[in-house]
Formats: sequence, C-alpha cells, structure tokens
Amino acid sequence: MDAESLLLSLELASGSGQGLSPDRRASLLTSLLLVKRDYRYDRVLFWGRILGLVADYYIAQGLSEDQLAPRKTLYSLNCMEWSLLPPATEEMMAQTSVVKGRFMGDPSHEYEHTELQKIKEGGKVFEEEVVVQIKEETRLVSIIDQIDKAVAIIPRGALFKTPFGPVHVNRTFEGLSLSEAKKLSSYFHFREPIQLKNKTLLEKADLDPSLDFMDSLEHDIPKGSWSIQMERGNALVVLRSLLWPGLTFFHAPRTKNCGYIYVGTGEKNIDLPFML
Amino acid sequence: MEDSTSPKREKANQDPREAGQPWEEVTAASSQGLESGLSEPLELEQGLETGPQPRSPPQSPQSRASIPLDDLTGPGASYPPSPPQEASYTPSPPALARQDLAAPWQSDKTTSVNPEAGTPHFHHLEQSSDKGESTASHTFQSEGSTFRQSQQTKHHLYGPEDVNYNNSKQKELRFNVFQDEDSNSNYDLDYAEPGVSELAPSMLEITIQSAKAYLQKTSSKSGLNLYDHLSDMLAKVLDERPENAVDIIESISQDVKMGHFRKKLDTLQNENEMLPTYEIAEKQRALFLQGNLEGADQELEDEIAENALPNVMESAFYFEQAGVGLGTDETYRIFLALKQLTDTHPIQRCRFWGKILGLEMNYIIAEVEFREGEDEEDVEEEDVIEERDDADSEADEDDEDQLPRTFYKTPQAIPKEENRTGANKYVYFVCNEPGRPWVKLPSVTPAQIVTARKIKKFFTGRLDAPIISYPPFPGNESNYLRAQIARISAGTHVSPLGFYQFGEEEGEEEEEVEGRRDSYEENPDFEGIQVIDLVESLSNWVHHVQHILSQGRCNWFNPIQKSEEEEEEEDEEKEEEKGEEPDYTEQEVGPPLLTPISEDLEIQNIPPWTTRLSSNLIPQYAVAVLRSNLWPGAYAFSNGKKFENFYIGWGHKYSPDNYTPPALPPVYQEYPSGAEITEMDDPTVEEEQAFRAAQEAAVLSAEENEETEEDEEEDDYDQE
Repeated sequence: MDAESLLLSLELASGSGQGLSPDRRASLLTSLLLVKRDYRYDRVLFWGRILGLVADYYIAQGLSEDQLAPRKTLYSLNCMEWSLLPPATEEMMAQTSVVKGRFMGDPSHEYEHTELQKIKEGGKVFEEEVVVQIKEETRLVSIIDQIDKAVAIIPRGALFKTPFGPVHVNRTFEGLSLSEAKKLSSYFHFREPIQLKNKTLLEKADLDPSLDFMDSLEHDIPKGSWSIQMERGNALVVLRSLLWPGLTFFHAPRTKNCGYIYVGTGEKNIDLPFML
Repeated sequence: MEDSTSPKREKANQDPREAGQPWEEVTAASSQGLESGLSEPLELEQGLETGPQPRSPPQSPQSRASIPLDDLTGPGASYPPSPPQEASYTPSPPALARQDLAAPWQSDKTTSVNPEAGTPHFHHLEQSSDKGESTASHTFQSEGSTFRQSQQTKHHLYGPEDVNYNNSKQKELRFNVFQDEDSNSNYDLDYAEPGVSELAPSMLEITIQSAKAYLQKTSSKSGLNLYDHLSDMLAKVLDERPENAVDIIESISQDVKMGHFRKKLDTLQNENEMLPTYEIAEKQRALFLQGNLEGADQELEDEIAENALPNVMESAFYFEQAGVGLGTDETYRIFLALKQLTDTHPIQRCRFWGKILGLEMNYIIAEVEFREGEDEEDVEEEDVIEERDDADSEADEDDEDQLPRTFYKTPQAIPKEENRTGANKYVYFVCNEPGRPWVKLPSVTPAQIVTARKIKKFFTGRLDAPIISYPPFPGNESNYLRAQIARISAGTHVSPLGFYQFGEEEGEEEEEVEGRRDSYEENPDFEGIQVIDLVESLSNWVHHVQHILSQGRCNWFNPIQKSEEEEEEEDEEKEEEKGEEPDYTEQEVGPPLLTPISEDLEIQNIPPWTTRLSSNLIPQYAVAVLRSNLWPGAYAFSNGKKFENFYIGWGHKYSPDNYTPPALPPVYQEYPSGAEITEMDDPTVEEEQAFRAAQEAAVLSAEENEETEEDEEEDDYDQE
C-alpha cells in the first residue's frame, strides 16, 4: 500500500484482522517519509509484516519511476530504522527452498541444513554430510520475492505502458466499476508477464496494449486460489490469497484507493489443493 | 491557440484593407446582435481560452463584452478610424476565437448559418484588415477580448503590417474553419473594406464550408461528430486544467466520449449494483436504531444492571495495541449486533469470540452462555446411526445355507457431551456480517471433532455447504465450523494464573476416573500480575477450557462399559461377539483444567506461544500480548487485571509439514475364512483324472474288503 495513503489503506485492509498497532503506525508514517527522501524513491510502499517467533519484520519497498522495474526492499524491526535488502537471485531461491518452518525474527539467525554432497578427493568420490548455513536474511529476501511474484496484484487500468517502455501510474484511473471489481480478470499480477505471450492471437486482439500488459488472475493455478469478497455492502472489494495466506488486497470501486498488504508467517500454503 | 490566433490576426489585419466601407453601418446595427451573440458563446469561449491568461470568471467576458460594445458605439459614431491602437488590437484574436466558438455553437441552433458563414466571415476578414487598426480594433472590441493582454503586443506587431495576404490566405482558410461565425456575430464585424475580390470570397467560403461540414459529419458508429467532440474536449481541458494535458489527452478524449453514455445507464447501474450496498446499510441502520424503543428509561436501567454484554470496544482497544483488530467502525457494528443478540435471546453471558474468514463470506462468532434453565432445544441432529449387522445375520440363519456371519462390529458412536459441559459448554452464534441475523450453531459431537482433526478445508461462508472430504465429515459446514471453534477454544483460550480458581464443591478430586475438574469460577481475590511477568514467563497463563481428548470429548466416555450393559440385556448371541472385541481400552487422559501453558507441547522446536509487549517505546502502559503458534490467528492480551481472548483467521491449525490425508484402512477381514467360503479353482483335467484314479483305487481296496455298496457309489460318482 502506498505510504502516502497509509492510514486509509490500513483502515480498508482491516477486514483481515491483522494490522498495525498505533505506535507502529505512527512510526511508519514518519520513517517512510524519510526513507523516500533519503533513497530518492518515486513511491514507497508499505509491503507488510512477517511474523517471526521472537520479533516481526516490517517490510517496505521503494519504486522508481518505472513501476515494473525491480523494486528495492527494506526491512525494519521497529519501523524506524530501515535496512536495505539485497536483490533476490536464483541462487538464493534454490538455497532457501529447503528451509521450512517459521521465521525466527532475528536477521542474523542461521538455519542449518544438512546436505549430502559429493566430494571428489583424489579420484575417489564419496558423499559427505555437509551442514549448510542459510542466513535468515537470505530467506527473507527470497520469500518476499516469491510472494511478490506470486500474489502481488494491481487492478486493470491503474498502470499504463508508454511506447518507450516504462510503466507509469495512470492518473486518470478512476477505479473499477462494481461489475468489473467482482471479476478476477480485472486484476493483474504486479510483475513482468509470463503467460501473456501464450495467448492466442484472437485473444490478443481484444487487449489494449497500453493497459493489458500483465498477466491477469484468471488463469492462476490452482483455480480458486483467490477469495474475492465484497465487504461493507458493496463499498469495498477484498481479495485474499489462499496460496500465501495473509495477503490481502483491497480496492474501493469507483475510487482510486487500492493496495495490498501481507501480514503472515511467510509460509506458502502447500495444502491448498486439499483445502478447496 | 496562440498559433491559430496569430494567423487569424494576420488575416484579420489583411482583410480589412480590402473590406469595403459599407460594412461600417452594418457594424453598428449588428452590435446589438453581437451582444446577444456574445452572451451565448461565452461558454464556448471559455472553453477555448488557453495559455497564460488566467481564467476569467464568467462575468468578465460579459464585462469585457460590454467594453467593446462601448467602444463599438463610440467608434460607430465616429467611424473613420483613429483607432485606439493599444486597446483595440487585443480583441482581435479572441474575437476571432469567439467567433469560432460562436459559429459552431450557433450553427447548431440555426440552420441558416452555414450559407452565411462564408460571407459574413469574409466580411469580417475584409473589414478587419481594411480599416487597419481601427477596423481591427472595432472588430476585436465588438467581440470582446479575453485575450486582450496577452495578445496586445502581438497585435501591435502584426496589426497593420501584414501584407502577405495571398500567401497566408490559404492557411487562414483552414484556421478559419474554426472561426466560422454565425450570421449574428459576423455581421457586427462586417464593416469596412470590401477588400477581397468577389470571386475569392466564394472560394474561401466554399472551402470553409466543406471543411466544417466534414468535421461535422456524424460518425456512423457512434453518432458523434468530430467538431462537437473536439469542442467538448477542449472545454473539459480548459475547465479542469490538468497538468501535462497533452500527455493524457487520449484519456480525456475517452472520458468525454463515455460521458455521453453515462446518463443513460445511470439508473440501470444504480439498480443492480448499488442494491446490496443499500441493503446492508439499511440493516445496519436498524442496528443503530434499535436503542430507540419505548420505555426507554426503564430499559436503560435494566440494561445497565444486567450487563450480559461484554465491553467489546474496550477489548478492541487493547487488541489494537497488539496490532490485531477489525477496525473501529466494524467493531462498533459488531458490538451493536451483539447487543441485538442479547436483547432477543435469554443470555447470561456473551463474548465476541472472533472472526473466521471464508472463501465467499466470513463468519463473526459470538460465544454465548444461556441463562439457567433457558436452554433452547437443540435442533435434532441426525445421529450417525451405524446399523448393526446382527439383525441381518439373524435373519439369514433361517435360510438353509447359512451365510457366514461377519464378525464386524460397528464401532459404537460415542455420545456427545451434554450441554453446558465439556466441549458444549458454550453455545455459539454466527452471522456473516453485522446486521444480518444470528444463527445458532448446533452442538458438537465427538465424531465431528475426531474427523475435523483429520481434514483441512476452507470455509466457504455458507452454513449449509457440504464438506466433501476423506474421511467423510459427518455434517455440513455448520458442524465443521462448530468443531473447529471447539478445538480452537480448547487449545488457545488462556487466562492469567489466578484469575480463575476451582470451585470448592463436591469432593470430586477423590474419584480418579471422573476427577476432571470441569468447573471454575472467577477468583474474587485476584490481584493481578505484572505485565512484565506475563510476558516473560508462560507459566503465568493457564488454560481455562478443558482439553479435548482424542476421543473427541472432554470427559472420558468408556465405550466398553456401555456394551457390557447391553450384553446383559440382549440375546446370548452377542456373547460370541463379545469375545472377539478388543480388550479394555485405556482411559484417555488429558491435562487437567487450569494447567499453565508452559506445559504445552512444542511443534517441532517451535514454542507454542509467542509473547510480546504491545509497545517497546512506552513499556509502562503496555499490555502483554500472547500469540499462538499452533493456531495462527489466536491472540490473548492482558494488562495485569483484565484479559481477553480473540481469534481472527482461517480456522486451521498450523503444521510445518504438509497435510497428508489419512490413508485408507486395509480391506477388512469380514468373514472367517474357511472351506465353505473360500473360492477354489475348478479342477483341471489331470486333477480330475488323478482324483478318479484315487477313487478307483479306494474302490478296489474296498472291493477287496468285499463291500458292494461302494461299487454302487462309485457308479454314482462316475455318472455325475
């Protein structure tokens, strides 16, 4: 959610129950402003909160002018002092995919994972158990990246693509209409498109290249991994992800207010197919 | 607009040279018409205004219009020019501009415009340039200048000097399409020089007309024409003055187009889409108004006295310190809904239990304790009746061939606990949204709890939705919801140590089997615990809800006992089965009531609870917050004296491993295997021959024993 409209966004996202306490809210309002100035970001988003056993991580992201460019992620333990996280790499993802369980809450905590590694020594190949240390910071980075790639969403029309390439915020975005807001196809994944190229030419002909340049939620697998609800009568549409429980996206139809926040343990819900 | 106006001005300046004198008179006469013309195109003129000039309020063009009129009358009287050079120049472009606007605008109204448009326009052009400054000034003034200041300098430049009449004429022609005036406004200006030759006007006029006609051609698809659309668009831009308008001009264009359709669809849209919003708002309005009943005074006292309603807002405040909560407005509505619940049902005590999220709708749950003796009857549930095969087997015995009797004995259904005890201690009401009616959830049976432990399903939000799972859940979503609520309550409802104490009643502690203390009461001498202590040590918190055994009940029920009783009553045939029953099942034991939560089991090295102070910045007023790691979403807070439990989440237990549905049980050995029912293969030819040979050998041996009957039997055998 945008740091500029933090209070309103928190109020709208409160239907999921987990939000921020007043002192965190106040700290965020101040510190995000300073972050924006210091790092010279175009827009700062408050991404959410990852619940750890000892402490919670508060995550913010900074965007540059091009909305789809890789974002800088910052984390903080007390909503005041922010530290920049390194960008996610494939190697990190592979490394942290073996770590399971909750986050500790201590960024210097190291997970131990024993692996069998083949080591060649003088012609002989034998396996040895190697204990690999994985830092929690690395895990944090890759989890945030995974969540972003999987479930960060934006309504159709909120961003538009210019012929030069960069993606900008659409200032004339008036919000989705009520009928559009209830459909999954009006929401896009906030990331580079993956499945767009696989569409048939007929489908592509109906798309508006300046608005429809991202994947929509319609074809997400498994089907039904999004829960879409209207709250407060029809005044607010809330999408909750079932794959990463804790991600809430809210949008007030016919207004510009939209945003998402993740408050959860940072674990994927692999049992989803059993639960639907 | 600057660009377009300057050529206009050029033209205007050039034409007056050629414009003829006779137009002068027309000017004066048409000044009146101009006035009226002025008022109408005001709107359009405003739309056309651009550039650095600050937008003048609607009145000013009028006022400015009046000025030129005055000027008009002035010079009108003394027409021969000694033009006030300064003031007069500026009106020209705006005049032209206004003429442009006036023209299209008025062209909508009068059909006779077009044919005249050419000529008056030409006249305008003529006179504007011919008289030089004076004419120009008159022209400009007559139109009223909104571009006065900005144009002034330019006007000076271009005014009487331009001679490139022929070159720029064509250019101007095109621009002048927009400048088409209608007869009224044009006539005003058509005074002075005859200038342009007779032929040129008609050419010009025709070109202008055709261009304008082209622009006004109605689109076959949408019924709009470019002319109107462009003027609407420019009007909108000038009204709103967005930044960098050129970047978003396409969106503006789209918006203007959509604006045409909005009115027509408005009623439809409102009807279909806004209806649910209004419905909910109406229901919630009823919530707010329920307080205004008759006999307010009396009831007010009653209400304050009884106090079955919890102070939801206070708890919500504390939970908000912990970062948990539904938002103040929503909580208040829930508060009112709870009040409605307590007003309509005879409730002793009520508590806001929490919110469970669902796929389509969410559940808001209230935990309720009815007043003594006012239990509402439970809806008769269909008990899972497991038929006994004994009856069948009895019937079969009468047949000739006795079918083998199975020794499968269906497991006895464990009866559910009575109301107000164990897992059914409280009654739960749910609703989807505050304002909607509250629905009572049925009591929970042990079978449901046992099955609920084995499945993991999302709630849909509809209470009557079926639960399709393996093992099959005995009930629908309302039962599953109730089972999960029971499990969550048993697992996560905690209170500070000492808040509750055991009642000093019957010496239940003596009996071992039924020694579960299942009742507690508030400790009046509770003095509170330091918040710091509550955070640091988990032993300061205790469970105050009974643990649910693996049987599915809180109080152990011995199934064997019952069957022993049954045995005595029923047939003796039962005795055979009894022998095959499993041996004495061990009594299940769970942690007793009021055990500290430090005794809770860990989940694979993860502590079951996380404690936190609500605020590190101001610890003296912070509250202790407890968060369950076993049931994510369960919270408890305490400020030393007060405490409260809350749940907000999806309603599932946490497990670091994947959920695996239970494996199917092995195929059950139903019948004792024996010769009667074991299938055998048909004998092969060799086997039959061998058998016959054996038989014959036997016969021979029998013959040696001199028995004739065997021979006969052998014959029988052979014949078969």
